[in-house]
Amino acid sequence: MSVEFSFLLVQALSGLASASSLFIIASGLTLVFGVTRIVNFAHGSFYMLGAYMAVTIVPWLLQIERSPTLFFAGVLISAAVVGVLGVAMEILLLRRIYKVPELFQLLATFGVVLMVQDAVLHIWGPLDIAGPRAPGLRHGVMILDQRFPAYELFLIAAGPVVLGLLWLLMHKTRFGILLRAATRDREMVGALGVNQALLFTGTLFLGAFLAGLGGALQIPRVSASAQMDLAIITEAFVVTVIGGMGSIGGAFLAALLIGQLQAFGVLIFPKITLVLVFLLMALVLVVKPWGLLGRPEAAPPSAMPEGIASPGRFCVFEKLLVALALLVAAMLPLFGDAYAVKVATEVLIFGLAAFSLNFLVGNGGIVSFGHAAYFGLGAYASGLLVTKLGMPMEPALIVAPLASGFFAALFGFFIVRLQGIYLAMLTLAFAQIAYAVCFQWVEVTGGDNGIVGVWPAPWAASRIVYHYLVLVVAVLGIIALRHVIYAPFGASLRAARDSAARAEAIGIDVRAHRWLGFTIAGAAAGLAGGLYAFSKGSIDPTLLGIPLSVDFLAMILLGGMQSVVGPVLGAAAFHSIKDVFMPLTDHWRFLLGASIIALVLIFPRGLGGAYASLRARFTGGAP
Amino acid sequence: MTLLAVEALNKKFGGVVAARDVSFSLAAGEMLAMIGPNGAGKSTSFNMVGGQLRPDSGRVLLEGQDITGLPPRAICRLGVGRSFQVAQTFLSMSVLENLQMALIAYAQRTRDMIARAEALFRAEALELLDQLGMADAAARPMNTLAYGDVKRVELAIALAGKPRLLLMDEPTAGMAPGERAALMRLVAGIARRAAIGVLFTEHDMDAVFAHADRILVLVRGEIIAAGTPEEVRANPEVQRVYLGTSGLRAALRARAAAHG
Amino acid sequence: MDSIFFGRRALLAGGAGLAAAATGRGAAAQGAPIRIGELNSYSRMAAFCIPYRNAMQLAADQINATGGVMGGRRLEFVFRDDGSTPGDAVRVAEELLTRENVAFIAGTFLSNVGLAVSDFANQRKRLFFATEPLSDALTMAQGNRYTWRLRPSTYMQTRMLVEAARGKTQKRWAIVAPNYEYGQSAAANFKRLIGSAIPGAEIIAEQYPALGRVDAGATVGALAQARPDAIFNVLFGPDLTAFVREGNTRGLFERRFVLSMLTGEPEYMIPLGDETPEGWVVTGYPWDQVEGSAHRAFVEAYRARFNDTPRKGSLLGYVTVQVLANLLNKANSLDNEVLVDALRDLSSDTLVGNVTMRGIDQQGSMGTWVGETTQRNGQGIMRNARYADGADYMFPEEEVRAARRA
Repeated sequence: MSVEFSFLLVQALSGLASASSLFIIASGLTLVFGVTRIVNFAHGSFYMLGAYMAVTIVPWLLQIERSPTLFFAGVLISAAVVGVLGVAMEILLLRRIYKVPELFQLLATFGVVLMVQDAVLHIWGPLDIAGPRAPGLRHGVMILDQRFPAYELFLIAAGPVVLGLLWLLMHKTRFGILLRAATRDREMVGALGVNQALLFTGTLFLGAFLAGLGGALQIPRVSASAQMDLAIITEAFVVTVIGGMGSIGGAFLAALLIGQLQAFGVLIFPKITLVLVFLLMALVLVVKPWGLLGRPEAAPPSAMPEGIASPGRFCVFEKLLVALALLVAAMLPLFGDAYAVKVATEVLIFGLAAFSLNFLVGNGGIVSFGHAAYFGLGAYASGLLVTKLGMPMEPALIVAPLASGFFAALFGFFIVRLQGIYLAMLTLAFAQIAYAVCFQWVEVTGGDNGIVGVWPAPWAASRIVYHYLVLVVAVLGIIALRHVIYAPFGASLRAARDSAARAEAIGIDVRAHRWLGFTIAGAAAGLAGGLYAFSKGSIDPTLLGIPLSVDFLAMILLGGMQSVVGPVLGAAAFHSIKDVFMPLTDHWRFLLGASIIALVLIFPRGLGGAYASLRARFTGGAP
Repeated sequence: MTLLAVEALNKKFGGVVAARDVSFSLAAGEMLAMIGPNGAGKSTSFNMVGGQLRPDSGRVLLEGQDITGLPPRAICRLGVGRSFQVAQTFLSMSVLENLQMALIAYAQRTRDMIARAEALFRAEALELLDQLGMADAAARPMNTLAYGDVKRVELAIALAGKPRLLLMDEPTAGMAPGERAALMRLVAGIARRAAIGVLFTEHDMDAVFAHADRILVLVRGEIIAAGTPEEVRANPEVQRVYLGTSGLRAALRARAAAHG
Repeated sequence: MDSIFFGRRALLAGGAGLAAAATGRGAAAQGAPIRIGELNSYSRMAAFCIPYRNAMQLAADQINATGGVMGGRRLEFVFRDDGSTPGDAVRVAEELLTRENVAFIAGTFLSNVGLAVSDFANQRKRLFFATEPLSDALTMAQGNRYTWRLRPSTYMQTRMLVEAARGKTQKRWAIVAPNYEYGQSAAANFKRLIGSAIPGAEIIAEQYPALGRVDAGATVGALAQARPDAIFNVLFGPDLTAFVREGNTRGLFERRFVLSMLTGEPEYMIPLGDETPEGWVVTGYPWDQVEGSAHRAFVEAYRARFNDTPRKGSLLGYVTVQVLANLLNKANSLDNEVLVDALRDLSSDTLVGNVTMRGIDQQGSMGTWVGETTQRNGQGIMRNARYADGADYMFPEEEVRAARRA
């Protein structure tokens, strides 16, 4: 089929319009990260709030007069309101957690996401709200023989304008110069005697303003809906990471790339849009580990690493506690009802999954945003073997960790070459790619419907027997992983986390050890996934999704990532919170988010950390 | 015999020359100091020998074996121990565990998933600590140590690999003057007893002239002088760019003091 | 228990219901209440599910005020959020069955959630009355004895639209559908069926944007480039609004015939507002045009109680309760085996007329309305709408047998 030039031109223009929108949002994200080093999940919520503000404020203004001036005034007012909300978040929440580990900050902002989602539903109702079109820009413009929306021509210009204004701000104002300085070296700004709190508040205003602006500018194109936050945040992250965290120019470049990729990608692979951006991100990170224009980040020298320190042995009291917990889990079928047994089974499974994640994060310093991928791949391996090949449950459960371990080794080969946030984003990219394959490969995986009929072998079919099966397998899995933490291999991972340079200098192949660690953790998560599949009777792509990965992170953070058994506690706590709130109200996400934030504020080192300081107070030892 | 031979190493960062035709050699049991103002390329040369940086050209030979461009872990296994300008230790561990870790790595048991790490090589670790006078601190968490003690532990870690060659990047930076002399004496004693070659950089000229057998002077990536302490002291070029500049020397002192 | 935010309103509404029960003809329900577990995506799919739940409460209150079910017992629903994932939903279903001791379970919106709960129900041998999930698999390949579905399936709604296109002359078709099971299977059904309605029809372009993330400009551009005569659209919600706006501006819909799934449902029509395209043939729910006194009374009662117009979800919720009440009265037992047997070919008189639960595929014959879109006062409405009875659009019996045997 011959393709006319005019069509290609218009398609490229469509891509440019999307790129502009994406850039405006991502620029705010990258700014906030550059200065505060906070990975702000709530940025998508600001975008959504910008759209909701605009569909509220703009029509009200247009009633006075249908003029373009008032339309854009309304857009700017909406963005400013969102900016103020950003300031509120900085003052009320972020300011209290700059000193806590980065992952906790991320979790707190995720709590904000959950709360905003429900708040939006409550304030604006569940129906999508379509905003007014921009007066004077409603029409289409003929470009050669194709009609193109005038408003999108305006958007194409808006991106570079914002880029230019940001450049002016960054180079011509004192605030901007400080922003750049802080992005490059945070310590230095402190040394210059700058009021850091004010600088951060200003940054959050600017970041939230840009997100709000991005959302408000969208109202002539898309309706405001309560799902738009999570739809945009992953894409904004991808743009930021591809461009290089903290680099505004890089974000612009990456947005252009992604815009064009999508505009032309739909022509060639109409079904692949789900994963195209993640493929691009994985590719960029494998070739350029710091993004297109990012700077290598020097790890802060001689900072005390977050995570498991020298793992101590249990004292007598703790041994009793663990024995008691095991006893309760074992005796539960005798005194608990069927549902309690079911929940306990799930807690055990999630406990193993969370433990395996903390094996990476807490013990190895390898932050994974995509751990659910290995959990899900284990579930898929078991499920497919049982339903497609008629394999019995027992061997399927053995294959689950092997399959996950294989994929963890495959992805991990690339992942362990990176560091910090880039490493985390590559784990996310691979998880999304795995998710997309499970989602798209309908003939084998059943697509998003998944596959049902994954039930245990007849002998293990009863809730109680299966509970015991899970109890034995999960506890053995946890004990084995715990043993590895205490073994030379676990210590080597900690050594590499503490100082990769020192570890290399004493002869440890840091990359190979991290790779092996990643593979082991993936395999353990896969075992948990296999157990989960048989407990639910079905598999589907949500088992590999970002929300479940975030849940796992929440579990280890609640439990305390510096504690060896804390993650299991965290899994229990997180699951219980969810279980208590879900039946209580439709707005369980609001309460879940609020609980997460409260826990981060009250126990900034997790429940395990709180216990450790309690113990230190009683025994007089160092925490 | 020649333990280490460095032949015409070159390294550029962007347009900046960090090392130009750096060549020297070092015999077993010898202490060779590398001095020069900040930015002279001392750490660059060091990192090319230790494997942290790959030279643009030139060769590094260890007992005749070409080790140019090998990764640090491989160079370590060939018998090269090192300390870093900013001490690199395992901060989350205790002093003893740091040493045990180094010994586990030396024994190539880092992939062992069965044994309990805390039970391995305790006696050997304690013995090493004892050599450096740190036995009393064995149980202390690394992050509670004074910087001078951290440096000593780092030296012990480097010695755990039974090195033939020791690379020490400013071993006494951040230490009190009394400690410095003691540490250098210790290093010198160990090096002579075990016939370990030591290549070190140092800003403390007292330490350099008291303990170095030979001295290399680096300026802007080039060796401008080499020889015994007496020869270097007498070199007019050295006096002009480095030693004679009393103001610079005072600044270096102040910098060293601020380093802690 | 209701939400903390809507708590007061729901409490008042509940109070009103109770008051009505107390004062109504002295025939209020007595005896142990019958509890039914209803799990749904009230949080994530609130636009559909909240009106659905409202209407269920309305219907249950009305039934209880006039004597309840099974000889005077109150009908109660235990509402739970299903978390919108299969994992959460199966746990919630377990909780409803074991802790809340409900007689059986009903509900679910998302297809993957519906299928997981269906399989769970089969495993536990408990009735699952699937109300909203559209997936054909639920009653076909993955159907089981304990799962019954009320709402017309993807196949049925696609077929209704295809029938509406019979006699048209447009041969070159483009398909745009969200990239997940509902969209894929609507597209697959359409490809299968269109040839019978329009001989010689061919599919010349297909676009499958990710759900909730349509890149409208690129998608519209790609479709326009193929120069189709007609378009089959399966997008809904925010994707639909974005698609329609972009298509209107770029002239995609000019002189083109469009068939569009679900677009006439108020949930999706209201946000379109004055952008509602003219003359699309859609499935939907023209609540203001439906004849019949029962339906008019329902609309009035709904508007009075919730101060809002009914949605498609509301209609479905109300009909669900009508069918379930009829089932309980007919079976006069809470034994799930008896209930499942009683459902077989159960015929109920509902707001939309007769609804029969066809035994062979356990699919309800509830239909939907097919009509054309147009605008009135800047709001989208349906015109020339007619009720398409689901009984006429079900899967052919031999296909059902083949699918369910496998």
